[in-house]
Amino acid sequence: MGKRVGLEVTVAVAEAVALCRIDMAGVYPITPQSHIAEHLSTLVADGKLDAEFVTVESEHSAMSAVIGASGAGARSYTATSSQGLMLMHELLPIASAMRLPITMAIANRAVSGPLNILNDHSDIMPQRDAGWIVVFAENGQEAIDLSIQAFKIAEHKDVMLPVSVNIDGFQLTHMVEPVEMPTQEEVDQFLPPFVPHATLHPARPVTMGAFAMSDYFTEIMKAKDEAVKNSKKVILDVWDEWAKIFDRSYKPVETYQADDADFLILTMGSMGETAQLAIDELRVKGVKAGLVKLRLWRPFPFAEIKAAVKNAKKLIVTDRAVSFGGPGGPVFSEIKSALYAETRRPAIYNYIYGLGGRDVTVHDFVGMFEKIIADTGNVAADTYEFWGVRE
Amino acid sequence: MIEVRWHGRGGQGAVTSVELLAVSAIAAGKYAQGFPSFGPERRGAPVAAFTRIDDKKINVRSGIYEPDVVLVLDSSLIGLVNVIDGLKPGGKVIVNTHKTPEEIRKDLNFNGSVATVDGTGIARKEMGVPIANTTMIGALLKVTGIMGLDAMKESVEHRFGRIAQKNLNAMKRAYDEIKIIN
Repeated sequence: MGKRVGLEVTVAVAEAVALCRIDMAGVYPITPQSHIAEHLSTLVADGKLDAEFVTVESEHSAMSAVIGASGAGARSYTATSSQGLMLMHELLPIASAMRLPITMAIANRAVSGPLNILNDHSDIMPQRDAGWIVVFAENGQEAIDLSIQAFKIAEHKDVMLPVSVNIDGFQLTHMVEPVEMPTQEEVDQFLPPFVPHATLHPARPVTMGAFAMSDYFTEIMKAKDEAVKNSKKVILDVWDEWAKIFDRSYKPVETYQADDADFLILTMGSMGETAQLAIDELRVKGVKAGLVKLRLWRPFPFAEIKAAVKNAKKLIVTDRAVSFGGPGGPVFSEIKSALYAETRRPAIYNYIYGLGGRDVTVHDFVGMFEKIIADTGNVAADTYEFWGVRE
Repeated sequence: MIEVRWHGRGGQGAVTSVELLAVSAIAAGKYAQGFPSFGPERRGAPVAAFTRIDDKKINVRSGIYEPDVVLVLDSSLIGLVNVIDGLKPGGKVIVNTHKTPEEIRKDLNFNGSVATVDGTGIARKEMGVPIANTTMIGALLKVTGIMGLDAMKESVEHRFGRIAQKNLNAMKRAYDEIKIIN
Protein backbone atom coordinates (compact mmCIF):
# COMPACT_ATOMS: atom_id res chain seq x y z
CA MET A 1 0.00 0.00 0.00
CA GLY A 2 1.31 3.40 -0.95
CA LYS A 3 2.09 6.00 1.64
CA ARG A 4 -0.37 8.79 2.44
CA VAL A 5 0.96 11.97 0.83
CA GLY A 6 -0.28 15.48 0.17
CA LEU A 7 -0.75 16.13 -3.53
CA GLU A 8 -2.81 18.42 -5.69
CA VAL A 9 -5.55 16.18 -7.04
CA THR A 10 -4.80 16.84 -10.74
CA VAL A 11 -1.15 15.95 -10.19
CA ALA A 12 -2.20 12.82 -8.32
CA VAL A 13 -4.49 11.84 -11.21
CA ALA A 14 -1.67 12.32 -13.74
CA GLU A 15 0.64 10.20 -11.55
CA ALA A 16 -2.05 7.50 -11.33
CA VAL A 17 -2.49 7.51 -15.11
CA ALA A 18 1.28 7.16 -15.52
CA LEU A 19 1.17 4.12 -13.20
CA CYS A 20 -1.25 2.62 -15.73
CA ARG A 21 1.59 2.65 -18.27
CA ILE A 22 -0.42 4.45 -20.94
CA ASP A 23 1.02 4.31 -24.45
CA MET A 24 -0.42 7.60 -25.58
CA ALA A 25 -1.99 10.79 -24.27
CA GLY A 26 -3.63 13.38 -26.47
CA VAL A 27 -4.56 16.31 -24.28
CA TYR A 28 -5.31 19.97 -24.86
CA PRO A 29 -5.00 22.05 -21.68
CA ILE A 30 -8.06 23.86 -20.34
CA THR A 31 -8.82 25.19 -16.87
CA PRO A 32 -9.35 23.44 -14.46
CA GLN A 33 -7.93 20.34 -16.14
CA SER A 34 -4.63 21.93 -17.24
CA HIS A 35 -2.44 20.50 -14.50
CA ILE A 36 -3.27 16.97 -15.68
CA ALA A 37 -2.00 17.84 -19.16
CA GLU A 38 1.03 19.67 -17.78
CA HIS A 39 2.05 16.96 -15.35
CA LEU A 40 1.62 14.13 -17.86
CA SER A 41 3.69 15.97 -20.45
CA THR A 42 6.36 16.60 -17.78
CA LEU A 43 6.47 12.90 -16.91
CA VAL A 44 6.91 12.04 -20.58
CA ALA A 45 9.53 14.76 -21.15
CA ASP A 46 11.48 13.65 -18.07
CA GLY A 47 11.56 10.09 -19.34
CA LYS A 48 9.50 8.82 -16.40
CA LEU A 49 6.61 7.75 -18.60
CA ASP A 50 7.26 5.87 -21.83
CA ALA A 51 4.33 7.23 -23.81
CA GLU A 52 3.61 9.40 -26.81
CA PHE A 53 2.30 12.79 -25.67
CA VAL A 54 0.52 14.32 -28.64
CA THR A 55 0.28 18.10 -28.40
CA VAL A 56 -2.94 18.55 -30.29
CA GLU A 57 -4.32 21.92 -31.40
CA SER A 58 -7.82 21.51 -29.99
CA GLU A 59 -10.01 19.13 -28.00
CA HIS A 60 -11.63 17.93 -31.21
CA SER A 61 -8.16 16.87 -32.30
CA ALA A 62 -7.42 15.42 -28.86
CA MET A 63 -10.38 13.06 -29.08
CA SER A 64 -9.62 12.29 -32.73
CA ALA A 65 -6.03 11.45 -31.83
CA VAL A 66 -6.97 9.13 -28.97
CA ILE A 67 -9.56 7.40 -31.18
CA GLY A 68 -6.86 6.75 -33.78
CA ALA A 69 -4.31 5.65 -31.21
CA SER A 70 -6.77 3.40 -29.42
CA GLY A 71 -7.75 1.88 -32.77
CA ALA A 72 -4.09 1.15 -33.39
CA GLY A 73 -3.97 -0.72 -30.09
CA ALA A 74 -2.47 1.90 -27.78
CA ARG A 75 -3.67 2.43 -24.21
CA SER A 76 -4.91 5.98 -24.75
CA TYR A 77 -5.85 8.78 -22.41
CA THR A 78 -7.21 12.27 -22.58
CA ALA A 79 -8.64 14.86 -20.21
CA THR A 80 -10.70 17.98 -20.64
CA SER A 81 -13.29 20.36 -19.19
CA SER A 82 -16.32 22.38 -20.20
CA GLN A 83 -15.92 23.96 -23.65
CA GLY A 84 -13.26 21.40 -24.47
CA LEU A 85 -15.73 18.60 -23.82
CA MET A 86 -18.34 20.42 -25.90
CA LEU A 87 -15.87 20.56 -28.76
CA MET A 88 -15.23 16.82 -28.38
CA HIS A 89 -18.93 16.05 -28.32
CA GLU A 90 -19.14 15.12 -32.00
CA LEU A 91 -16.57 12.38 -31.51
CA LEU A 92 -17.76 10.86 -28.25
CA PRO A 93 -20.43 8.58 -29.78
CA ILE A 94 -17.93 7.54 -32.46
CA ALA A 95 -15.46 6.36 -29.80
CA SER A 96 -18.14 4.24 -28.16
CA ALA A 97 -19.55 2.95 -31.46
CA MET A 98 -16.04 1.85 -32.42
CA ARG A 99 -15.84 0.13 -29.02
CA LEU A 100 -12.58 1.85 -28.17
CA PRO A 101 -11.50 1.61 -24.52
CA ILE A 102 -10.41 5.22 -24.08
CA THR A 103 -10.16 6.73 -20.62
CA MET A 104 -10.88 10.42 -20.14
CA ALA A 105 -10.82 12.64 -17.06
CA ILE A 106 -13.35 15.45 -17.05
CA ALA A 107 -12.48 18.25 -14.64
CA ASN A 108 -16.08 19.39 -14.47
CA ARG A 109 -16.64 23.04 -15.19
CA ALA A 110 -19.63 25.17 -16.14
CA VAL A 111 -20.31 25.60 -19.83
CA SER A 112 -20.39 29.13 -21.25
CA GLY A 113 -22.21 31.49 -21.42
CA PRO A 114 -21.59 33.61 -19.65
CA LEU A 115 -17.97 32.54 -19.52
CA ASN A 116 -17.23 30.83 -16.23
CA ILE A 117 -14.36 28.56 -15.28
CA LEU A 118 -15.75 27.14 -12.04
CA ASN A 119 -17.42 23.90 -11.17
CA ASP A 120 -20.80 22.42 -12.02
CA HIS A 121 -21.97 19.47 -14.13
CA SER A 122 -23.26 21.32 -17.19
CA ASP A 123 -20.38 19.93 -19.28
CA ILE A 124 -20.94 16.22 -18.64
CA MET A 125 -24.75 16.25 -18.71
CA PRO A 126 -25.05 16.99 -22.46
CA GLN A 127 -22.80 13.93 -23.06
CA ARG A 128 -25.22 11.59 -21.32
CA ASP A 129 -26.21 9.65 -24.43
CA ALA A 130 -22.78 9.30 -26.01
CA GLY A 131 -22.53 5.64 -25.02
CA TRP A 132 -19.72 6.13 -22.52
CA ILE A 133 -19.42 4.70 -19.04
CA VAL A 134 -19.60 7.67 -16.66
CA VAL A 135 -18.39 7.74 -13.05
CA PHE A 136 -18.08 10.59 -10.53
CA ALA A 137 -15.33 11.04 -7.94
CA GLU A 138 -16.13 12.41 -4.50
CA ASN A 139 -12.60 13.20 -3.33
CA GLY A 140 -8.99 13.04 -4.46
CA GLN A 141 -8.57 9.40 -3.51
CA GLU A 142 -11.56 8.41 -5.60
CA ALA A 143 -10.26 10.47 -8.53
CA ILE A 144 -7.06 8.38 -8.44
CA ASP A 145 -8.74 5.05 -7.87
CA LEU A 146 -11.46 5.55 -10.50
CA SER A 147 -8.84 6.66 -13.05
CA ILE A 148 -6.91 3.42 -12.63
CA GLN A 149 -10.04 1.26 -12.53
CA ALA A 150 -11.31 2.97 -15.70
CA PHE A 151 -8.62 1.36 -17.88
CA LYS A 152 -9.42 -2.10 -16.57
CA ILE A 153 -13.16 -1.65 -17.04
CA ALA A 154 -12.84 -0.07 -20.49
CA GLU A 155 -10.44 -2.71 -21.82
CA HIS A 156 -12.31 -5.76 -20.53
CA LYS A 157 -13.36 -7.90 -23.50
CA ASP A 158 -16.98 -7.87 -22.27
CA VAL A 159 -17.00 -4.05 -22.19
CA MET A 160 -14.74 -2.38 -24.79
CA LEU A 161 -16.22 1.04 -24.19
CA PRO A 162 -14.76 4.44 -23.32
CA VAL A 163 -14.99 5.65 -19.71
CA SER A 164 -15.12 9.20 -18.37
CA VAL A 165 -14.02 9.90 -14.80
CA ASN A 166 -15.66 13.09 -13.57
CA ILE A 167 -13.68 15.16 -11.10
CA ASP A 168 -15.26 18.40 -9.90
CA GLY A 169 -13.21 21.38 -11.07
CA PHE A 170 -11.40 23.36 -8.35
CA GLN A 171 -13.32 21.74 -5.45
CA LEU A 172 -11.33 18.60 -6.27
CA THR A 173 -8.85 19.43 -9.01
CA HIS A 174 -7.12 22.30 -7.23
CA MET A 175 -7.15 20.83 -3.75
CA VAL A 176 -3.95 19.69 -2.07
CA GLU A 177 -5.15 16.85 0.12
CA PRO A 178 -4.03 13.50 1.53
CA VAL A 179 -4.07 10.62 -0.92
CA GLU A 180 -2.67 7.11 -0.92
CA MET A 181 -0.88 6.59 -4.18
CA PRO A 182 -0.77 2.92 -5.18
CA THR A 183 2.65 1.53 -5.98
CA GLN A 184 3.70 0.53 -9.49
CA GLU A 185 3.74 -3.12 -8.41
CA GLU A 186 0.17 -2.91 -7.14
CA VAL A 187 -1.08 -1.27 -10.31
CA ASP A 188 0.80 -3.80 -12.47
CA GLN A 189 -0.82 -6.59 -10.49
CA PHE A 190 -4.27 -5.04 -10.91
CA LEU A 191 -4.03 -3.85 -14.50
CA PRO A 192 -2.60 -6.23 -17.11
CA PRO A 193 -1.22 -4.89 -20.40
CA PHE A 194 -3.86 -3.86 -22.93
CA VAL A 195 -4.69 -6.62 -25.42
CA PRO A 196 -6.85 -5.02 -28.11
CA HIS A 197 -9.57 -7.02 -29.84
CA ALA A 198 -8.47 -5.69 -33.24
CA THR A 199 -5.93 -3.14 -34.34
CA LEU A 200 -5.41 -0.87 -37.29
CA HIS A 201 -2.30 -2.03 -39.08
CA PRO A 202 -1.27 -1.71 -42.73
CA ALA A 203 -0.24 -5.36 -42.85
CA ARG A 204 -3.53 -6.59 -41.39
CA PRO A 205 -6.24 -4.39 -42.88
CA VAL A 206 -9.51 -4.04 -40.98
CA THR A 207 -12.28 -1.46 -41.14
CA MET A 208 -13.29 0.47 -38.02
CA GLY A 209 -16.06 3.03 -37.79
CA ALA A 210 -17.64 1.92 -41.04
CA PHE A 211 -20.71 3.23 -42.85
CA ALA A 212 -24.15 1.84 -41.97
CA MET A 213 -27.49 2.85 -43.39
CA SER A 214 -30.99 1.90 -42.31
CA ASP A 215 -30.27 -1.76 -42.92
CA TYR A 216 -27.90 -2.05 -39.95
CA PHE A 217 -27.99 1.19 -37.97
CA THR A 218 -30.75 0.16 -35.56
CA GLU A 219 -29.00 -3.13 -34.79
CA ILE A 220 -25.76 -1.29 -34.08
CA MET A 221 -27.53 1.10 -31.69
CA LYS A 222 -29.16 -1.84 -29.89
CA ALA A 223 -25.78 -3.54 -29.64
CA LYS A 224 -24.24 -0.41 -28.11
CA ASP A 225 -27.07 -0.13 -25.60
CA GLU A 226 -26.58 -3.76 -24.60
CA ALA A 227 -22.83 -3.19 -24.30
CA VAL A 228 -23.29 -0.24 -21.92
CA LYS A 229 -25.86 -2.14 -19.84
CA ASN A 230 -23.69 -5.27 -19.73
CA SER A 231 -20.66 -3.28 -18.61
CA LYS A 232 -22.16 -3.07 -15.14
CA LYS A 233 -21.25 -6.65 -14.27
CA VAL A 234 -17.60 -5.97 -15.12
CA ILE A 235 -17.67 -2.66 -13.24
CA LEU A 236 -18.88 -4.47 -10.11
CA ASP A 237 -16.26 -7.20 -10.54
CA VAL A 238 -13.47 -4.67 -10.99
CA TRP A 239 -14.61 -2.77 -7.89
CA ASP A 240 -14.66 -6.02 -5.89
CA GLU A 241 -11.16 -6.83 -7.02
CA TRP A 242 -10.04 -3.29 -6.14
CA ALA A 243 -11.45 -3.63 -2.64
CA LYS A 244 -9.50 -6.86 -2.13
CA ILE A 245 -6.20 -5.36 -3.24
CA PHE A 246 -6.51 -1.81 -1.91
CA ASP A 247 -9.08 -2.16 0.87
CA ARG A 248 -11.21 0.67 -0.51
CA SER A 249 -14.65 -0.37 -1.69
CA TYR A 250 -16.63 1.15 -4.53
CA LYS A 251 -20.33 0.76 -5.26
CA PRO A 252 -22.61 2.26 -7.93
CA VAL A 253 -24.62 3.89 -5.14
CA GLU A 254 -23.16 4.66 -1.72
CA THR A 255 -25.29 5.44 1.31
CA TYR A 256 -24.65 7.16 4.62
CA GLN A 257 -27.10 6.84 7.51
CA ALA A 258 -29.73 5.94 4.93
CA ASP A 259 -31.12 2.65 6.26
CA ASP A 260 -33.53 4.14 8.80
CA ALA A 261 -33.75 7.62 7.26
CA ASP A 262 -37.10 9.32 6.75
CA PHE A 263 -35.48 12.06 4.70
CA LEU A 264 -32.77 11.49 2.13
CA ILE A 265 -30.61 13.67 -0.05
CA LEU A 266 -28.89 12.47 -3.22
CA THR A 267 -25.61 13.99 -4.42
CA MET A 268 -23.07 13.30 -7.17
CA GLY A 269 -19.39 14.18 -7.03
CA SER A 270 -17.63 16.38 -4.49
CA MET A 271 -20.77 17.53 -2.65
CA GLY A 272 -21.12 14.18 -0.88
CA GLU A 273 -18.67 14.77 1.95
CA THR A 274 -20.02 18.21 2.84
CA ALA A 275 -23.57 16.78 2.78
CA GLN A 276 -22.39 14.04 5.14
CA LEU A 277 -21.55 16.70 7.74
CA ALA A 278 -25.10 18.06 7.42
CA ILE A 279 -26.48 14.56 8.07
CA ASP A 280 -24.36 14.34 11.23
CA GLU A 281 -25.68 17.71 12.38
CA LEU A 282 -29.31 16.75 11.71
CA ARG A 283 -28.94 13.37 13.42
CA VAL A 284 -27.72 15.13 16.56
CA LYS A 285 -30.96 17.12 16.48
CA GLY A 286 -32.94 13.89 16.17
CA VAL A 287 -33.82 14.27 12.48
CA LYS A 288 -33.64 10.95 10.67
CA ALA A 289 -31.68 12.25 7.71
CA GLY A 290 -29.55 10.21 5.35
CA LEU A 291 -27.44 10.50 2.24
CA VAL A 292 -27.38 8.67 -1.09
CA LYS A 293 -24.37 9.22 -3.34
CA LEU A 294 -24.65 8.31 -6.99
CA ARG A 295 -21.22 7.30 -8.29
CA LEU A 296 -22.18 5.45 -11.48
CA TRP A 297 -24.15 7.63 -13.88
CA ARG A 298 -23.90 5.33 -16.93
CA PRO A 299 -24.90 2.55 -16.92
CA PHE A 300 -27.56 3.86 -14.55
CA PRO A 301 -27.84 1.70 -11.41
CA PHE A 302 -31.63 1.25 -11.28
CA ALA A 303 -31.78 -1.58 -8.73
CA GLU A 304 -29.36 0.08 -6.31
CA ILE A 305 -31.21 3.41 -6.43
CA LYS A 306 -34.57 1.73 -5.80
CA ALA A 307 -33.14 -0.17 -2.85
CA ALA A 308 -31.48 2.90 -1.36
CA VAL A 309 -34.58 5.10 -1.27
CA LYS A 310 -37.41 2.63 -0.76
CA ASN A 311 -38.03 3.30 2.92
CA ALA A 312 -37.73 7.08 2.86
CA LYS A 313 -40.66 9.46 3.11
CA LYS A 314 -38.97 12.26 1.20
CA LEU A 315 -36.01 12.45 -1.10
CA ILE A 316 -34.08 15.53 -2.21
CA VAL A 317 -32.33 15.07 -5.55
CA THR A 318 -29.65 17.67 -6.11
CA ASP A 319 -28.53 18.78 -9.55
CA ARG A 320 -25.50 20.75 -10.77
CA ALA A 321 -26.98 21.41 -14.21
CA VAL A 322 -30.19 22.77 -15.72
CA SER A 323 -32.47 21.27 -18.34
CA PHE A 324 -33.93 24.56 -19.56
CA GLY A 325 -37.67 24.33 -19.96
CA GLY A 326 -37.49 20.68 -18.98
CA PRO A 327 -38.79 18.56 -16.12
CA GLY A 328 -36.12 19.62 -13.59
CA GLY A 329 -32.44 18.85 -13.32
CA PRO A 330 -31.12 15.88 -15.31
CA VAL A 331 -30.42 13.73 -12.24
CA PHE A 332 -33.87 14.49 -10.84
CA SER A 333 -35.68 13.45 -14.01
CA GLU A 334 -33.70 10.20 -14.19
CA ILE A 335 -34.37 9.33 -10.56
CA LYS A 336 -38.07 10.11 -10.95
CA SER A 337 -38.20 8.00 -14.06
CA ALA A 338 -36.38 5.14 -12.31
CA LEU A 339 -38.93 5.17 -9.47
CA TYR A 340 -42.03 5.74 -11.62
CA ALA A 341 -43.33 2.17 -11.45
CA GLU A 342 -42.56 1.67 -7.75
CA THR A 343 -45.67 1.29 -5.63
CA ARG A 344 -43.81 2.71 -2.67
CA ARG A 345 -41.63 5.71 -3.37
CA PRO A 346 -40.67 8.89 -1.53
CA ALA A 347 -41.93 12.34 -2.42
CA ILE A 348 -39.12 13.74 -4.56
CA TYR A 349 -37.83 17.32 -4.41
CA ASN A 350 -35.24 18.85 -6.70
CA TYR A 351 -32.73 21.54 -5.77
CA ILE A 352 -30.45 22.85 -8.50
CA TYR A 353 -27.37 24.26 -6.82
CA GLY A 354 -23.65 24.92 -7.00
CA LEU A 355 -23.89 26.36 -10.52
CA GLY A 356 -20.79 28.02 -11.95
CA GLY A 357 -18.88 27.51 -8.70
CA ARG A 358 -21.51 28.88 -6.29
CA ASP A 359 -20.31 27.54 -2.96
CA VAL A 360 -22.49 25.09 -1.06
CA THR A 361 -22.03 24.82 2.69
CA VAL A 362 -23.19 22.42 5.38
CA HIS A 363 -25.71 25.12 6.28
CA ASP A 364 -27.22 24.93 2.76
CA PHE A 365 -27.76 21.18 3.05
CA VAL A 366 -29.36 21.55 6.48
CA GLY A 367 -31.61 24.25 5.00
CA MET A 368 -32.76 21.91 2.23
CA PHE A 369 -33.81 19.28 4.76
CA GLU A 370 -35.59 21.86 6.90
CA LYS A 371 -37.49 23.08 3.86
CA ILE A 372 -38.80 19.68 2.75
CA ILE A 373 -39.67 18.68 6.30
CA ALA A 374 -41.71 21.89 6.66
CA ASP A 375 -43.59 21.04 3.44
CA THR A 376 -46.03 18.74 5.25
CA GLY A 377 -48.49 18.59 2.35
CA ASN A 378 -45.76 17.69 -0.17
CA VAL A 379 -46.84 20.74 -2.17
CA ALA A 380 -43.38 21.29 -3.62
CA ALA A 381 -42.77 17.61 -4.41
CA ASP A 382 -42.07 16.85 -8.08
CA THR A 383 -41.02 20.44 -8.70
CA TYR A 384 -37.56 21.96 -8.98
CA GLU A 385 -36.03 25.03 -7.41
CA PHE A 386 -32.78 26.97 -7.92
CA TRP A 387 -31.39 26.78 -4.41
CA GLY A 388 -30.31 30.15 -3.02
CA VAL A 389 -31.11 32.07 -6.22
CA ARG A 390 -31.45 35.87 -5.89
CA GLU A 391 -34.61 37.15 -7.53
CA MET B 1 -9.59 21.78 13.06
CA ILE B 2 -7.75 24.98 12.34
CA GLU B 3 -8.74 27.09 9.33
CA VAL B 4 -6.37 29.72 7.95
CA ARG B 5 -7.07 32.38 5.34
CA TRP B 6 -4.11 33.92 3.56
CA HIS B 7 -4.32 37.35 1.96
CA GLY B 8 -1.79 38.38 -0.63
CA ARG B 9 -1.46 39.72 -4.11
CA GLY B 10 -1.24 37.57 -7.21
CA GLY B 11 2.42 36.57 -7.62
CA GLN B 12 3.37 36.77 -3.94
CA GLY B 13 3.15 33.03 -3.50
CA ALA B 14 0.17 32.56 -1.19
CA VAL B 15 -0.85 29.45 -3.15
CA THR B 16 2.66 28.00 -2.91
CA SER B 17 2.59 28.53 0.84
CA VAL B 18 -0.76 26.81 1.39
CA GLU B 19 0.43 23.92 -0.73
CA LEU B 20 3.73 23.57 1.17
CA LEU B 21 1.93 23.78 4.49
CA ALA B 22 -0.67 21.16 3.53
CA VAL B 23 1.93 18.77 2.10
CA SER B 24 4.08 19.13 5.23
CA ALA B 25 1.16 18.66 7.61
CA ILE B 26 0.08 15.51 5.76
CA ALA B 27 3.66 14.19 5.80
CA ALA B 28 3.62 14.81 9.57
CA GLY B 29 0.60 12.49 9.85
CA LYS B 30 -2.11 15.12 9.95
CA TYR B 31 -4.99 15.74 7.57
CA ALA B 32 -4.96 18.94 5.56
CA GLN B 33 -6.39 20.84 2.63
CA GLY B 34 -4.61 23.63 0.79
CA PHE B 35 -6.48 25.51 -1.90
CA PRO B 36 -6.53 28.83 -3.74
CA SER B 37 -9.50 31.16 -3.94
CA PHE B 38 -11.07 29.59 -6.99
CA GLY B 39 -11.05 31.63 -10.11
CA PRO B 40 -8.87 33.67 -12.43
CA GLU B 41 -5.99 35.40 -10.67
CA ARG B 42 -3.97 38.35 -11.89
CA ARG B 43 -0.53 39.43 -10.81
CA GLY B 44 -0.80 42.24 -8.27
CA ALA B 45 -4.52 41.85 -7.61
CA PRO B 46 -5.72 40.91 -4.11
CA VAL B 47 -6.01 37.13 -3.75
CA ALA B 48 -6.78 34.72 -0.96
CA ALA B 49 -5.71 31.15 -0.29
CA PHE B 50 -6.78 28.70 2.37
CA THR B 51 -5.48 25.98 4.66
CA ARG B 52 -7.38 23.49 6.80
CA ILE B 53 -5.46 21.25 9.19
CA ASP B 54 -6.91 18.63 11.51
CA ASP B 55 -5.96 15.43 13.30
CA LYS B 56 -8.84 13.56 11.65
CA LYS B 57 -10.16 13.26 8.10
CA ILE B 58 -11.55 16.53 6.77
CA ASN B 59 -14.89 16.18 5.01
CA VAL B 60 -15.97 19.76 4.43
CA ARG B 61 -15.33 21.03 0.91
CA SER B 62 -16.93 24.46 1.01
CA GLY B 63 -14.97 27.70 1.32
CA ILE B 64 -13.63 29.08 4.61
CA TYR B 65 -15.78 31.93 5.88
CA GLU B 66 -14.92 31.95 9.59
CA PRO B 67 -11.17 31.39 9.82
CA ASP B 68 -9.30 30.82 13.08
CA VAL B 69 -6.29 32.67 11.74
CA VAL B 70 -5.78 35.29 9.06
CA LEU B 71 -2.33 35.79 7.58
CA VAL B 72 -1.66 38.95 5.60
CA LEU B 73 1.31 38.65 3.24
CA ASP B 74 1.02 42.24 2.00
CA SER B 75 0.14 44.93 4.53
CA SER B 76 -0.91 47.32 1.74
CA LEU B 77 -4.09 45.22 1.56
CA ILE B 78 -5.18 46.50 4.98
CA GLY B 79 -7.84 49.10 4.34
CA LEU B 80 -8.37 47.74 0.84
CA VAL B 81 -9.65 44.28 1.82
CA ASN B 82 -11.44 43.55 5.08
CA VAL B 83 -8.86 41.02 6.18
CA ILE B 84 -10.59 40.27 9.49
CA ASP B 85 -13.93 39.50 7.82
CA GLY B 86 -15.56 36.52 9.53
CA LEU B 87 -12.60 35.94 11.88
CA LYS B 88 -13.76 33.68 14.72
CA PRO B 89 -14.04 35.19 18.20
CA GLY B 90 -10.59 34.70 19.70
CA GLY B 91 -9.14 34.46 16.21
CA LYS B 92 -5.62 35.62 15.39
CA VAL B 93 -4.20 38.02 12.83
CA ILE B 94 -0.66 37.73 11.50
CA VAL B 95 0.74 40.51 9.32
CA ASN B 96 3.92 40.80 7.32
CA THR B 97 4.92 44.37 8.23
CA HIS B 98 7.61 46.43 9.90
CA LYS B 99 4.88 47.92 12.13
CA THR B 100 4.25 46.78 15.70
CA PRO B 101 1.24 44.64 16.63
CA GLU B 102 -0.19 47.67 18.48
CA GLU B 103 -0.05 49.78 15.33
CA ILE B 104 -1.75 47.04 13.28
CA ARG B 105 -4.45 46.72 15.93
CA LYS B 106 -5.16 50.38 15.47
CA ASP B 107 -5.08 50.11 11.66
CA LEU B 108 -7.54 47.23 11.77
CA ASN B 109 -9.68 48.67 14.57
CA PHE B 110 -9.35 45.23 16.14
CA ASN B 111 -8.65 44.31 19.75
CA GLY B 112 -7.83 40.60 19.43
CA SER B 113 -4.57 38.77 19.05
CA VAL B 114 -2.18 40.35 16.55
CA ALA B 115 1.30 39.24 15.54
CA THR B 116 3.68 41.09 13.26
CA VAL B 117 7.04 40.40 11.70
CA ASP B 118 8.95 42.12 8.91
CA GLY B 119 8.81 39.07 6.63
CA THR B 120 9.78 41.03 3.53
CA GLY B 121 12.85 42.44 5.29
CA ILE B 122 13.86 38.96 6.44
CA ALA B 123 13.28 37.48 2.97
CA ARG B 124 15.40 40.22 1.42
CA LYS B 125 18.27 39.59 3.86
CA GLU B 126 18.13 35.77 3.82
CA MET B 127 17.20 35.12 0.20
CA GLY B 128 17.89 38.36 -1.60
CA VAL B 129 14.30 38.67 -2.80
CA PRO B 130 11.36 40.57 -1.29
CA ILE B 131 9.04 37.54 -1.44
CA ALA B 132 7.88 36.58 2.03
CA ASN B 133 5.50 33.69 1.39
CA THR B 134 7.72 30.93 2.78
CA THR B 135 9.15 33.23 5.45
CA MET B 136 5.67 33.84 6.83
CA ILE B 137 5.05 30.10 7.26
CA GLY B 138 7.50 30.42 10.16
CA ALA B 139 5.32 33.15 11.64
CA LEU B 140 2.19 31.04 11.27
CA LEU B 141 3.78 28.00 12.90
CA LYS B 142 4.93 30.10 15.87
CA VAL B 143 1.52 31.71 16.41
CA THR B 144 -0.56 28.54 15.94
CA GLY B 145 1.77 25.81 17.16
CA ILE B 146 0.29 23.50 14.49
CA MET B 147 3.64 21.78 14.16
CA GLY B 148 7.35 22.47 14.47
CA LEU B 149 9.55 24.13 11.85
CA ASP B 150 11.25 20.76 11.20
CA ALA B 151 8.04 19.52 9.61
CA MET B 152 8.56 21.98 6.73
CA LYS B 153 12.05 20.77 5.82
CA GLU B 154 11.20 17.96 3.43
CA SER B 155 8.56 19.77 1.38
CA VAL B 156 10.67 22.95 1.13
CA GLU B 157 13.70 20.93 0.00
CA HIS B 158 11.59 19.08 -2.54
CA ARG B 159 10.15 22.31 -3.88
CA PHE B 160 13.17 24.62 -3.83
CA GLY B 161 16.20 22.35 -4.18
CA ARG B 162 19.42 24.32 -3.78
CA ILE B 163 17.71 27.45 -2.44
CA ALA B 164 15.71 25.45 0.12
CA GLN B 165 18.04 26.21 3.02
CA LYS B 166 17.69 29.97 2.50
CA ASN B 167 13.91 29.58 2.67
CA LEU B 168 14.21 27.51 5.83
CA ASN B 169 16.54 30.08 7.39
CA ALA B 170 14.08 32.86 6.62
CA MET B 171 11.24 30.81 8.05
CA LYS B 172 13.21 30.27 11.25
CA ARG B 173 13.96 33.98 11.61
CA ALA B 174 10.28 34.86 11.25
CA TYR B 175 9.51 32.17 13.82
CA ASP B 176 12.03 33.69 16.25
CA GLU B 177 11.42 37.39 15.57
CA ILE B 178 7.64 37.61 15.44
CA LYS B 179 6.05 39.91 18.03
CA ILE B 180 2.70 38.80 19.45
CA ILE B 181 0.11 40.61 21.58
CA ASN B 182 -2.95 38.75 22.80
